Amino acid sequence: MTVFYFVAFLSIFFALMTIFTKNPVHSVLYLVITFFTFTVHYILLNAQFLAVVNFIVYMGAIMVLFLFVLMLLNLNKDTEPMKSNLVKFMGVIAGCCLLVTFFGVYRVFDISNPLTVVNPEIGLVKNLGKVLFNEFLLPFELSSLLLLTAMIGAILLAKKEPKQI
Amino acid sequence: METVVQQLQGVPINHYLIFCAIIFAIGVIGVLIRRNVIIIMMSIELMLNAVNLLLAAFSVQHGDSSGQVFVFFIMALAAAEVAVGLAIIIMVYRNTKSVDIDSLNKLRW
Repeated sequence: MTVFYFVAFLSIFFALMTIFTKNPVHSVLYLVITFFTFTVHYILLNAQFLAVVNFIVYMGAIMVLFLFVLMLLNLNKDTEPMKSNLVKFMGVIAGCCLLVTFFGVYRVFDISNPLTVVNPEIGLVKNLGKVLFNEFLLPFELSSLLLLTAMIGAILLAKKEPKQI
Repeated sequence: METVVQQLQGVPINHYLIFCAIIFAIGVIGVLIRRNVIIIMMSIELMLNAVNLLLAAFSVQHGDSSGQVFVFFIMALAAAEVAVGLAIIIMVYRNTKSVDIDSLNKLRW
């Protein structure tokens, strides 16, 4: 039980560091640590498949893509555009208002029964695979189409235009 | 694995709600206060992850694995979104030589 609160504290701390650090490369690295703490959360929930996918896809693929783009564009602390302090302050106030709204909604709902694992087997690869290929077969195939479209789109967008003669 | 499951017992579901709300709000604040487009996309990733964790927590609580399948689809969607988004950012950088979001205000009336 205390593990959850410790890891939650770490997640919030590193998420805050992500958005308040000036150097974009440090920001990406803090986001990687945040995603690692999320992986620990998935393991605590006994969702092993999601933990592995989160580790490989988010930390391995997406964050490396961000890091590559940052290195490619040669960004550092000196070129980082910053908003004025007034706008920053207003942004933080707006975010806190959103948080207060969420907490108000939770007070209305008042769900406070402890989380009990009804069926500890559901997060395992075997069960998730069965559900994925029986009930969710069409969305699964459609997501493959989506990934193909995204790949072609990314290549087309990032390719250099041929020189006009 | 048994000890991990025992560790989980006792954390109320509304603590998961509060934690994910805080992470989501941090993502919103990041979108509002930064001007670097890449950092804004990273904040969006943070928000997506908060929602993913909440879906997984509710799926575990109800003993229904549909929630975890949904998280899987959201992850595939996030990967596609990041690939296209970063390609667009590279295009914009090539044309404007900056990643400042305020340099993209040509469509504003």
